[in-house]
Amino acid sequence: MATSKKIVIDSKIPEGALSEKWTNYKAHQKLVNPSNKRRLDIIVVGTGLAGASAAASLGELGFNVLNFCIQDSPRRAHSIAAQGGINAAKNYQNDGDSVYRLYYDTIKGGDYRAREANVYRLAEVSNNIIDQCVAQGVPFAREYGGTLANRSFGGAQVSRTFYAKGQTGQQLLLGAYSALSRQVKKGSVKLFTRREMLDLVIIDGKARGIIVRNLITGKIERYAAHAVVIGTGGYGNTFFLSTNAMGSNGSAAWQAYKKGAYFANPCYAQIHPTCIPVHGTNQSKLTLMSESLRNDGRIWVPKKLEDAKALQAGKLKGRDIPEEDRDYYLERRYPAFGNLVPRDVASRAAKERCDAGYGVNNTGLAVFLDFSEAINRLGKDVVEARYGNLFQMYEKITDSNPYEEPMMIFPAIHYTMGGIWVDYELQTSIPGLFCIGEANFSDHGANRLGASALMQGLADGYFVLPYTIQNYLADEIRTPRFSTELPEFLEAEKAINERIDKLMSIQGQRSVDSIHKELGLIMWDFVGMGRNAEGLKKALVELKRIKQEFWTNVFIPGEAKDQNVELEKALRLADFIEIGQLMATDALHREESCGGHFREEYQTPEGEALRQDDKFSYVGCWKYMGEDQEPQLIKEELNYEFTKVQQRNYK
Amino acid sequence: MEKSINITLKVWRQRGPKAPGKFETYQLSNVSTDSSFLEMMDQLNEQLIAERKEPVVFDHDCREGICGMCSLYINGHPHGPDEDITTCQLHMRKFKDGDVITIEPWRSHGFPVIRDLMVDRSAFDKIIQAGGYVSVNTGGAPDANATPIAKPIADLAMDAASCIGCGACVAACKNGSAMLFVSAKVSQLALLPQGKVEAAARAKAMVAKMDELGFGNCTNTGACEAECPKNVSISNIARLNREFLSAKFKD
Repeated sequence: MATSKKIVIDSKIPEGALSEKWTNYKAHQKLVNPSNKRRLDIIVVGTGLAGASAAASLGELGFNVLNFCIQDSPRRAHSIAAQGGINAAKNYQNDGDSVYRLYYDTIKGGDYRAREANVYRLAEVSNNIIDQCVAQGVPFAREYGGTLANRSFGGAQVSRTFYAKGQTGQQLLLGAYSALSRQVKKGSVKLFTRREMLDLVIIDGKARGIIVRNLITGKIERYAAHAVVIGTGGYGNTFFLSTNAMGSNGSAAWQAYKKGAYFANPCYAQIHPTCIPVHGTNQSKLTLMSESLRNDGRIWVPKKLEDAKALQAGKLKGRDIPEEDRDYYLERRYPAFGNLVPRDVASRAAKERCDAGYGVNNTGLAVFLDFSEAINRLGKDVVEARYGNLFQMYEKITDSNPYEEPMMIFPAIHYTMGGIWVDYELQTSIPGLFCIGEANFSDHGANRLGASALMQGLADGYFVLPYTIQNYLADEIRTPRFSTELPEFLEAEKAINERIDKLMSIQGQRSVDSIHKELGLIMWDFVGMGRNAEGLKKALVELKRIKQEFWTNVFIPGEAKDQNVELEKALRLADFIEIGQLMATDALHREESCGGHFREEYQTPEGEALRQDDKFSYVGCWKYMGEDQEPQLIKEELNYEFTKVQQRNYK
Repeated sequence: MEKSINITLKVWRQRGPKAPGKFETYQLSNVSTDSSFLEMMDQLNEQLIAERKEPVVFDHDCREGICGMCSLYINGHPHGPDEDITTCQLHMRKFKDGDVITIEPWRSHGFPVIRDLMVDRSAFDKIIQAGGYVSVNTGGAPDANATPIAKPIADLAMDAASCIGCGACVAACKNGSAMLFVSAKVSQLALLPQGKVEAAARAKAMVAKMDELGFGNCTNTGACEAECPKNVSISNIARLNREFLSAKFKD
């Protein structure tokens, strides 16, 4: 890695006390008046919680919004699959919550690798989100008195999670989608569905448009605007198997990176502790079992190795093992938080037990999540009311009844905290290019707490970007609309066509999926839950080989200028391979353990993550230096001014 | 317990909306009964690609039953033979060795075929755009607990809101009616105080758009409710009719 040319990063954190920064920013930022708003175009790529809420809110303000998604409808974005809930500092339960406590839990949960000012703002606007969603008609769960209900999530000792059954993401997304639909009817937002962004167009150093492929016709299309917003989610599907949707991909973010946007902390990937274990080689994705289950479910493995062996051989069932022979290892190791430790901690603890031979299924890669105690305490009806749809989903997939038998679960890739670097205004290192939601890196540090992804996506889209983007657009009011016949657009289109032609002409022997599965296994083995220098170096060698294999031996049937699902997948996989390389590079350079990044060389005697604050208290930003060139590392130092940085402790 | 089965697939193949379509027959062996139906389709497509043929096109995304993207008319049922789930959650253990499985797209005037098993459901977006929302801008909403909502009402609204917009109701209906879809959204918002204000206008606008887009009428056969993967109740249609009639009376 080259660090020779010093680039100074300006994160544009406003002056003042932590609690005054956002207020100060809003008081002094530039705004765009209503008649000028009509003359300004904004491209929003993605229609998940961040993209849809941003597109709707910007449309309401009077901007012309062009909103793109790869699915047939904005309502399908993968935010819809979020199950458990959304955090807010309402303190409706009178249990000691506050904006500061939500801020503090998020900073601590992120293992002190997030920016203080961003996280505080997130906690500040969290309450507005709940108000907004209720006003839209989101049917949150309620108590008999008619007030809103809450539950607990990992990493917190208060109940601050609002939920709509096990379908909170669905209901919030449909709320944002309804607001978006209202703007579509008004004409302030134009929808472009089944379009995939393949490149970013930059004119005179500023983001001015995108190139997309129409997924039905195969035609390449060009769109211009005064600013571009990317809200296309994370890159978890680099691992092939993840809880992401099949179409979720990192390509829009990757194109931004290749055009000069820094990619921050790519190695911070979240592995969710409670997913349904892998069943076989034809598996296409992994299904999450909501973290909310850890409110009442207890995680355990047998105390005796011979019991574990009998379970693995199918000679015993979980319920056959007597209480005194069960090891509730989270309750044992973390009495203060118990089963509600943060995800990274719970995942590593499961891996530790399975590595020691205590896994409970035929592959030895599963632990129990048991509701028998909750069913005895609360009754089956109460458990069913709380988690019925999750239990049904589990039974349909596994053919095992979780009311009778403990669930079997195992960690799986779920979310990526890393992403495109943004400053306090959510603007990337390319002027006029903004990045929101999971696609950016900003708020979760090295580990995201449960029920905070929905909060961040909607905070960015409803309450942050609609302000901060105006500070940029205020200087663009005299900029006329751009023609998509400009040479920058034509060149970008030409480059895309060449890339597609190259892919189509390979005509090799391997399907896209077969190579993607190979990539996934390498990522999981060497860049997954436990990483070490030797493994990461090996991964980098293997990834280079896979890249070579892909570009010489992939086979894509059909035509380029036509609907072509294999071509869509190939374009994404080409980027996933390179994202994998950057993840491994970042993981190798970060010689410490923090949050979701666990380097086996850096752990406490008890096996907890051991940070190296003197060396790595910074955001690792990577700048693209050209095809097959080492990227340049740029550091944004994290100077904690308001919070005491400590060893994370959930005991 | 995992085992493997061999099956015969009769799959609808159609190049485009105007092209004629026909069934193609494929043999597929060693399908794990732990696979989901779409994983079986992946296996078929891998086989076709290995034969250097074009794979079967079908919509799918989240593969956990919530995005509403997957469809498929399997052996005469939208989302296949299992109850209360989408195609992506259907598992091959529901089939036996030697079974012949017929797979078709949604067939409805409102959902033209794009290719093979993929259809165009953008009509649903247009219906929502006609009025499926509360007219509230971002910002300035009152405190979320300012208006108490009785739990049974909130629960009913949630049940209606669980619609995933997959279109199985339309595919199941002999009239190709979208009444269950429309009524679910109208009910959710009419039940809640936030949506009550516009309830009548909303019902009128959404029904008018539904008619305009060529969806058929409801004749209360109940097929939509029976096939809905999310158990959205037909009682929502009664609520829609009440809202619609009250709007008409006011005209």
